[in-house]
Amino acid sequence: MKNVIEVKELTKHYNGLTAVDHIDFEVEEGEVFGFLGPNGAGKTTTVRMLTGVIKPSSGSVSVMGFDLGRHPIRAKETMGVVPELSNAYTELSAWNNLQFMAELYGVPKRVAVPRAEELLTRFDLYDRKDHAVKTFSKGMKQKLITAMSLMNDPDILFLDEPTSGLDVQSARLIKEMVRELRKAGKTIFLTTHYMDEASQLCNRVAIINHGRIAAIDAPEKLKMRIGGLQYVEVSFTAPVDVSDLSALPGIAGVRTSGDKIQLYTDEPDRTIRGLVDYSRSFDLEIVTLNTLTPTLEDVFVKLTEEV
Amino acid sequence: MIDQLRRAYAIAKKDIRIYYLKGPVIIFGILSPAFLFLAFMIGRDLPVDFLIAGLLGMAIFFTSTSVTPVIAPTETQTRNLERLAAAPISVTTILFGDMLASVLFGIVISLVPILLGMALGVTIMHPFILALGIVLAAFCFSAMGLIFSSTPTSMTSTVMMLSTMVKFPLVFISGIFIPVQELPLWGQALASLSPLTYITDLCRYSFQGACHYPVVVDIGALLVFLAVFMVIAIKLHERSLPKRL
Repeated sequence: MKNVIEVKELTKHYNGLTAVDHIDFEVEEGEVFGFLGPNGAGKTTTVRMLTGVIKPSSGSVSVMGFDLGRHPIRAKETMGVVPELSNAYTELSAWNNLQFMAELYGVPKRVAVPRAEELLTRFDLYDRKDHAVKTFSKGMKQKLITAMSLMNDPDILFLDEPTSGLDVQSARLIKEMVRELRKAGKTIFLTTHYMDEASQLCNRVAIINHGRIAAIDAPEKLKMRIGGLQYVEVSFTAPVDVSDLSALPGIAGVRTSGDKIQLYTDEPDRTIRGLVDYSRSFDLEIVTLNTLTPTLEDVFVKLTEEV
Repeated sequence: MIDQLRRAYAIAKKDIRIYYLKGPVIIFGILSPAFLFLAFMIGRDLPVDFLIAGLLGMAIFFTSTSVTPVIAPTETQTRNLERLAAAPISVTTILFGDMLASVLFGIVISLVPILLGMALGVTIMHPFILALGIVLAAFCFSAMGLIFSSTPTSMTSTVMMLSTMVKFPLVFISGIFIPVQELPLWGQALASLSPLTYITDLCRYSFQGACHYPVVVDIGALLVFLAVFMVIAIKLHERSLPKRL
């Protein structure tokens, strides 16, 4: 597989602060590449540099073989972009927004018209194509913005928080579209806060923290990387004192999630025995008891706490 | 180059749809110079062709600088700017598109005082020079409007205040109300620094056959102002665009 995005020593300084600090990575053709990080970690700055919206302080970005610094127009023609805080033109109709994008990307009208019809149908917006976007719901707007990013049939699609704040149906539609595009051989650079989404969709993820790459790997490999931290999830019929459970043998950490308690351990068998003894001694009934491997969220939390 | 021009045309079409085809914008473009003009001209015994030439100069000036200053701050506020910045177009293309829409608007609105003058019996002695002057002035004033919009703000009121602070004094030093030749020397020197002086002078030449500066100087000055304004606008917008995001 060839690399379609190559990032070398990419750095961005803002008013004396380093937002992105000498990062290097490659994205292969046809993969869904997740880009994760806490707020303020440098995600959006990185995406803006990769999409040519802002210039880096130093370092280079190559997209589809075009150096973004030297050939920004050629490089941008290969991309579709859904910026995080972007909007369609609300005074224009959905149709006019799509046609405007086609014109900006140099898509001929004979191609743009059927493509717009296809995308509007795909995103369930065809009936509203002549309505001003200001009358659309948030979900409809996000679907339109995604459709706009596909008008030039891009080789690489940058999606910055594409499902943020969307209803379940719209989010599923966009995730389904990502899978379809991946099947069609497109490369997708996905920035998201949703770990489940990254875990389900991405071939590889990069975790950025304090402007530096903390890890890059396949989600499952990243989970294995902190393999020592399996956890036992338990819930009881009555509330319990969490500090009692953290005192059980072999427990590395305790988290609560609703009425469930997650006990991190590298000895799940010993933990389960301890929990059974605990429930007996306090005359409690165990409602659920599961042994789980770390999620991408656990990896994310661990790595972003470490750096 | 051709591709970028086509994309600039797409931006111009977008601007016309969103910003220009609005009743208040069109009415403001006609009424604002008309009222200002009437306020200063009523009671003064001046020939109609002199008045119409001044009104035409002001109409082009006000209409061409009316919308360009607010496009960038508005699109910053409505979060459309990042999409444009990610598109395969240069800052120059974005600005040229904005300018093109403004020029078309300026040209169309300039027909109002011309038709009014013709209805009052004014004849156009040099229609080609007048057409050339209107087009050049519309480009020049639109580029001037782009300079105002380079302030990296999403507040249109800030930009409009800045724009008004520059525009209104220019009206008074550009030979619209008092012919340049009747101004004191310092006034004439000041008038020569305003691009509005040269289009007003060209309009007077087109309607009355007489002008203060040679026609070549008027046209040359408008071209120089256009080039200077455009270069400044591009440089300032290239610097301010990342600050808007």
